[in-house]
Amino acid sequence: MDLQEYLKLVFSDYTLRTITIGTAILGAICGMLGSFAVLRKQSLLGDAISHASLPGIAIAFLITGTKDTNVLLIGALISGLIGAFWIRSIVKNTHLKTDTALGLILSIFFGFGMLLLTFIQKQPNANQSGLDKFLFGQAATLLIEDVWFMAIVTAICLAVLLLFWKEFKLLLFDVDYAKTLGFNIKFIDALITSFIVLAIVLGLQTVGVVLMSAMLLAPAAAARQWTNSLSTMVVLAAIFGSVAGVVGTGISASQANLSTGPVIVLVAAVFVVFSFIFSPSRGLLFSQIRFLKNRRDLQLHKTLSFMFDLVKTHEDKSHPHAIKILNNFQGYTKGTLKKLEEKKYIKLSGRMWSMTEEGYQFAGNLYNQNIEK
Amino acid sequence: MSSAQIEIQLIASLVAVACAIPGVFLVLRKMALISDAISHSILPGLVIGFFITHDLNSPLLILMGALSGILTVVLVEYIQKTKLVKEDTAIGLVFPALFSIGVLLIAKNANDIHLDVDAVLLGELAFAPFDRLLINGIDIGPKSLWLIGTILLITLSLLIAFFKELKVSTFDPGLATALGFSPIVIHYGLMSVASITTVGAFDAVGAILVVALMIAPAATAYLLTNDLKKMLIYAVLFGMFSAISGYWLAHYLDASISGSMITMLGFVFFLVYLFAPNSGLIAVLYRNRQQQKEVQLLTFLLHLNNHKEKRERHINHLNEHINWHKVKAKSIVELADKNNLIFIDNNIISLTEKGKTFTEKAIDYIITNDDSEIESMKKDFFLFRG
Repeated sequence: MDLQEYLKLVFSDYTLRTITIGTAILGAICGMLGSFAVLRKQSLLGDAISHASLPGIAIAFLITGTKDTNVLLIGALISGLIGAFWIRSIVKNTHLKTDTALGLILSIFFGFGMLLLTFIQKQPNANQSGLDKFLFGQAATLLIEDVWFMAIVTAICLAVLLLFWKEFKLLLFDVDYAKTLGFNIKFIDALITSFIVLAIVLGLQTVGVVLMSAMLLAPAAAARQWTNSLSTMVVLAAIFGSVAGVVGTGISASQANLSTGPVIVLVAAVFVVFSFIFSPSRGLLFSQIRFLKNRRDLQLHKTLSFMFDLVKTHEDKSHPHAIKILNNFQGYTKGTLKKLEEKKYIKLSGRMWSMTEEGYQFAGNLYNQNIEK
Repeated sequence: MSSAQIEIQLIASLVAVACAIPGVFLVLRKMALISDAISHSILPGLVIGFFITHDLNSPLLILMGALSGILTVVLVEYIQKTKLVKEDTAIGLVFPALFSIGVLLIAKNANDIHLDVDAVLLGELAFAPFDRLLINGIDIGPKSLWLIGTILLITLSLLIAFFKELKVSTFDPGLATALGFSPIVIHYGLMSVASITTVGAFDAVGAILVVALMIAPAATAYLLTNDLKKMLIYAVLFGMFSAISGYWLAHYLDASISGSMITMLGFVFFLVYLFAPNSGLIAVLYRNRQQQKEVQLLTFLLHLNNHKEKRERHINHLNEHINWHKVKAKSIVELADKNNLIFIDNNIISLTEKGKTFTEKAIDYIITNDDSEIESMKKDFFLFRG
């Protein structure tokens, strides 16, 4: 099945349409909330929480005995929240640093979750198959109800985000100022953390525990490169996230043996690499080009100011000099002389050069900071 | 206990020790999450190594795995250097991408490999004794035992040889550079050891448990001591304890050994987190409460000291003036009374001689802000603490 066929199928095939819409919504909510995680330097919180949600899934199954996705996800939500707030409490009350707390909760919760999962597997009432789909996610198991549920949660998140937009923004960029203004920092902080946990839990079924953090980070990190405005970043990240979801689903559907989660993650990673290289203001390519251009300009200006030093001792500013004189100076080449002529700073005739009035003016002001270029 | 059981516990303990040692330095250097990243991103290296040799036991697999672990570190540092994103985001971007590549490589070629993803995450310690190392047809023990034993030996000798360098570069990279050994070399050395340990251990216990074995014992030990040598010893002991008790928990529950080992690690951490004498949660909360009480007592005494008029010193007036609830006011008054700092006459509170000297000293302390004074003051004056 190639991509064209896939596009046709999206509109005709019920399952594929459901999955595509599901991953698109998931990408959008992850991008949206991931922006906050990235800006708050909580990037790896997502990784920790997604792992921490596993025991919740297992315990929810042990208690209720059902495989109803919503029940399991509530379990995941609770244990994810416990993990998130335990991390905070460790950082606040002990001298252990954030990274240690994250790694600790991540691995301990996950290990406990695996203990429970293997314990469940050995139980006689073997109704448990499918629980481990949460490890790597199975987009194919998405039902239309799940998609509706995701859409509603996304809408609620969006509404709250808009409602508290100013507070969130303040919290991101100037916590102390927000405190002095009398905002309830703890509440807003808990709100955004809870939303991040919620987004992660929504993604568990599709992308799985292990890859969820990339889903949260990659669109936001890519979007960050294109803008300095929070609102643009959130919108861009949501778009990147959903495009990555749709394209990833498309690629994995068009070939056998490609699980959706990893493909979506890789597509998102391609976005990141592309943004890192090609973003106009921060990207590596353009900053390299800017760097080279600056260096070239510097060479040019050095040559010009050397010439200026020669010329200023003469009565006649446009008196021709031999190019040979410049040999004492290392910075010039044929190319730089041509460039200077193009800019009408000097005139070349044969082996001689002479400075123009314009060039003299420019060179005189070159290292004078007060004059505009 | 059968010999297989003993072997499993031995392997588990060796893995725990081999992980705990680099883990201590990772935790101290605030790089705990690098171990998480490495443990995931060794996967593509292992898979590619397998494609080349078609042998799950080839040393090339370990080499490739360790190389992709180091590649992760290099990539993370490169991304960080571009300043496009922060360090944690760099880590969070690199390892899921590499892990995804590994998962897809396995999925695309899954038919002829028995390297499945569950095994990567969890490992299967229970099978370790069945895979034996034979030399000239003589059985000399399980392969994983030899593998992890060798890694542990290398780690230990490196630790002893470079202990001083490790210590200095961990706590003071500037001093390390000044003394003439490059922190970068130590950094990559440590990363290589962490990578190799991860690869060596993950076969037996899985990727996630490696992270737990590196971070949890070190973090637990860090709550109990600030001394590097003691921290190493505690971490090793916690690791071994969890390995052995975890095995028996798994035996009893009939569940995954690695999962049980982590659960035990978590349990031990939780206990220490609650009850550690100085940095435990209870100790911290108790200390906070006590400091709060001391401040309140001081406020109360200063108030008495400032007001000579009886109206201000009436017992009921305190509620409104200092704005304390009745219960709190009562407990503070009792505390002051017990310590003979005040006497109450007809519901009018006055400072005793001792109270007056104390308050004056306290004012001195507040003005000079000399930290050493407050401790001796507490000793001199407090008989009962809140």
